Amino acid sequence: MQQFVNVTLSGLTQGMIYSAFALALVLIWRSTRIVNFAQGSMAAATAFIALAIINAGASYWVALVVALIAGFVMGALVERIIIRPVEGGPELNAVIVTLGLFVAIQALIAIIAGSSFQSFPTPFGVRGFTIGDTTIALTPTSLYVIGSVLVVMALLVALFRFTRTGLAMRASAFGQEVARLLGVRVGRMLTLGWGLAAVVGSLSGLLIAGGGFVYPAYMDSLIVFGFVAAVLGGLDSPIGAIVGGLILGLALSYISGYVDRGSALVNVSALVILMVVLLVRPGGLFASSTARRA
Amino acid sequence: MTDAHGSTAVSAGAAAGAGGRAAPGTALLEVDGLTSAYGPVRALDGVTLSAEAGRITAVLGANGAGKTTLLRTISGLVRPQAGRVTLDGEDITRAPVEAMVGKGMAHVPEGRGVIAELTVDENLRVGSLFRGKVERSEFDRVYDIFPRIAERRDNAAHTLSGGERQMLVIGRALLAQPRILLLDEPSLGLAPRIVAQIFGLLRKLVDSEGLSVLLVEQNARSALSVADVGVVLNLGRVVVTDQARSLMADEGLRHAYLGF
Ligand SMILES: Nc1ncnc2c1ncn2[C@@H]1O[C@H](COP(=O)(O)OP(=O)(O)O)[C@@H](O)[C@H]1O
Ligand SMILES: [Mg+2]
Repeated sequence: MQQFVNVTLSGLTQGMIYSAFALALVLIWRSTRIVNFAQGSMAAATAFIALAIINAGASYWVALVVALIAGFVMGALVERIIIRPVEGGPELNAVIVTLGLFVAIQALIAIIAGSSFQSFPTPFGVRGFTIGDTTIALTPTSLYVIGSVLVVMALLVALFRFTRTGLAMRASAFGQEVARLLGVRVGRMLTLGWGLAAVVGSLSGLLIAGGGFVYPAYMDSLIVFGFVAAVLGGLDSPIGAIVGGLILGLALSYISGYVDRGSALVNVSALVILMVVLLVRPGGLFASSTARRA
Repeated sequence: MTDAHGSTAVSAGAAAGAGGRAAPGTALLEVDGLTSAYGPVRALDGVTLSAEAGRITAVLGANGAGKTTLLRTISGLVRPQAGRVTLDGEDITRAPVEAMVGKGMAHVPEGRGVIAELTVDENLRVGSLFRGKVERSEFDRVYDIFPRIAERRDNAAHTLSGGERQMLVIGRALLAQPRILLLDEPSLGLAPRIVAQIFGLLRKLVDSEGLSVLLVEQNARSALSVADVGVVLNLGRVVVTDQARSLMADEGLRHAYLGF
């Protein structure tokens, strides 16, 4: 029982991080129909910015805020300068551009920060609660992870549902031409969308790094998990991305916790889960029959 | 979204009631020698026409005549090779698409242009976004004009029928307080009864609010029954411009270009 609770909690915590990364992919996909393969190395870059700030003596929180802002700026600049010219062109162009960017940013990190493993701090402890002689793996760090992702998601929901800017962003995502005809500055909204997506991606990169090590390719497995989670959720649905991330986090945690030599199977399992779901429901778990018809 | 809204801002309350408009009968939207092409395909070839204030001007023609291209060139979605578009005297030929609605021109594109993923109410709100904060009473007024979409205001727009979608996009355009409304085949795929209802409403808005309409239609019979002036387009050129009544009476022309 204790093991089950702990495995579940750790699955939920990891799942939240996958959800955040998946959400970043979904936000970009549904507004620009581009899978941003560079999301992972963009997030890694911001984690290295945070690390540099921490190493310079500033607090984790200062570093977090600066890194998230840097993520926003990077996302917005990437859309404006690199993606805009290929938007609306052949889909393969955008894929090649984001893949190229992925490699380029990773190489840039290696050049600037080196390729060695560097430990990344976490602001909270990783000791669980102890009740009697059982220890529950609900650590302050996992609470921080879950809480910060929830806060960011709530802020996004509030933005999209309750503000004019959020409405303009959704209109731009779902009906570019109509939005332009109605006076919405669609280009600006897409830039803003990429910036916000990069903030969410950046958060996931900082959270997965916390208490562990960073190196230029440290995001690689999160990229795979986040992508699987996003596809599980249908790639078009923010809720789907979140649920997909949680399902994947739990599934992988049970596999590594209960299956013999399971931790070696985690990466393969993620892809098997993806294949099974796509066979049963090709549009993902949250495929809506209302896919864009406007 | 903060574009100066010009003189139309003076009329508060009325969704379609824009103030400071040109006097009825004077040219509001003028198109002069407009030529547009898609690669080697010339879709508009020196089109000249004018839509008068307080009137319904119908542009008629068969499939492929260039009607959609005409509206898309006017609103800047297609850039012309030659020619000029002026709105109330102001040259808007090269103005950005996003600026058109602020100048008083609302273009409802072919295929209705409902944003399927948004609710009915959100779709309407998108129409008023560029004006900043808009009184709730303006929305109520649109719902009064189109009670059928009022009942569905919190439903996703993709659940609407074709007729309801057309009402929604016209209502959304009215919330932009346009001086001129550009409609691309609003009758497409709708039952004759719904078409008559929508055209009747347009006529009422034009007569009572002084709205001006540039209506593009393949369904020439219905369009001429509601329009003041008709412009017949064929292969990207204007064949004839005349009072709707006269076009209706010209049997040879009807057979040759209007298909009825
Ligand atoms: N996006 C496009 N690319 C190439 N040719 C087009 C495009 N849109 C329209 N055309 C061509 O331009 C001509 C006019 O089309 P259109 O303006 O859509 O006519 P209508 O609206 O009167 O049916 C047609 O010959 C059509 O095939
Ligand atoms: Mg057409």
